[in-house]
Amino acid sequence: MSRPVTTFGARPWIQQHWDARAAGNFMLGGSGAGLLVAAPLAGGSPLLQALGLAMIAAGLAAVWLEIGRKLRAAHVFFNPRTSWMSRESLAALVVFGLGITSLGVRGTILDVPLALAGLLFLFCQARILFASKGIPAWRAPQVVPLVMLTGLVEGAGIALLFGDAAALVGLFGLALLARALAWSRYRMALRQPAAAAALESSGKLLMQLGTLLPVALLLLSSLAPESAWIAGLAAAITGWRLKFALVTRAAYNQGFSLPHLPIR
Amino acid sequence: MTRWAMVADLRRCVGCQTCTAACKHANATPPGVQWRRVLDMEVGEFPAVKRVFVPVGCMHCEDPPCMHVCPSTATRKRADGIVTIDYDLCIGCAYCAVACPYQARYKVDAAEFAYGEAMPNEEARHSEKRIGVATKCTFCSERIDAGLAKGLKPGVDPEATPACVNSCIAQALHFGDADDPKSNISGLLAENQFFRMHEELGTGPGFYYLWDRK
Repeated sequence: MSRPVTTFGARPWIQQHWDARAAGNFMLGGSGAGLLVAAPLAGGSPLLQALGLAMIAAGLAAVWLEIGRKLRAAHVFFNPRTSWMSRESLAALVVFGLGITSLGVRGTILDVPLALAGLLFLFCQARILFASKGIPAWRAPQVVPLVMLTGLVEGAGIALLFGDAAALVGLFGLALLARALAWSRYRMALRQPAAAAALESSGKLLMQLGTLLPVALLLLSSLAPESAWIAGLAAAITGWRLKFALVTRAAYNQGFSLPHLPIR
Repeated sequence: MTRWAMVADLRRCVGCQTCTAACKHANATPPGVQWRRVLDMEVGEFPAVKRVFVPVGCMHCEDPPCMHVCPSTATRKRADGIVTIDYDLCIGCAYCAVACPYQARYKVDAAEFAYGEAMPNEEARHSEKRIGVATKCTFCSERIDAGLAKGLKPGVDPEATPACVNSCIAQALHFGDADDPKSNISGLLAENQFFRMHEELGTGPGFYYLWDRK
């Protein structure tokens, strides 16, 4: 029988390297990518696609403000072999290439490829966090579905501000339930008390105002059509709040630990 | 093959921070940046309290997470195991810093000096290359390379050995080739029980902590 390992060490503290600007990339970029996925279901509105592209661009601009050597930003493309940040940048190139072309041709032919590119961008964002081995709250595998689904819910939620096509409401409803499940699984996997405490209020809001309220509003939407956009907005705002907390407040490192003390 | 590694004997370290000072002197790091630091840990409850001093810094991992996440390829690993940063490639995104489980990386966004204005010695050694990019312990790779070029043995000959190891007053820090079964550190690892920090993460740190005899 193995002996339980007791560790002794300096307590974890919050990383100071990524702040609201980095969080902004996950919030705006995630929502923008979600919008690109939701746009075909909302009738492929160019307005939604343009808004999605603008949000992704704003997210990337926010993170660009955080880097130390801004004029070297193009070096971000140098390591797609192993870096999810490079892959995210390349995915952004594909997104903008397809998006601008799609807006130019004014047809729906590129809607699905653009939605897939948005999904790829979202996946890269989720993997950026997952690859951060220094932060236990990010390296949990459950962070990948959580970040992807928050992006999808936010995108579909914002799209609901512009219309409530049945397919869009369906995507929103499904993503909403999947996000709640992903959050529950993530929370159960979170082993770090400080990180769990930092996410507690955002998680509660996500479940209450961001899930239960929107579900109730969706059920009411046949009686009061305007309730759909309120549902979308509530789901988006609570998703942003959760991601902001995840990047800036729950990002504790694991400190240092000694499995053995010196025997002097 | 050669695999440069460091050994810290926790039974010997007295927490004098001479290694920290030597590192700052050798590498001219700005205030707040300590490529080599020594944690002062107090464990247990009165009266059974113990104080432990733990030198930490870049572990020069076998499988460095910082290198994998680096989008610019600025972080690389040499054939001898030393993890390096190319300051001309680094964009200062700090992804490596959040990927490092050992909090070994620093990023300074503006020049800082000990007393505000740069003193002549600080001015002489200040490097703009290090502003806005990630920095960390290099295992004093320039000393190692220069020493090897002169036929010296790192870990044995002080001129070819990292500054922190040279400065250690208690001989708690040792440096050498972990792949050479006859090296000084291979001997220490053979004779003592050791662990590596956060080994469960699979990074394969090149920094060993001795804690008891075998």
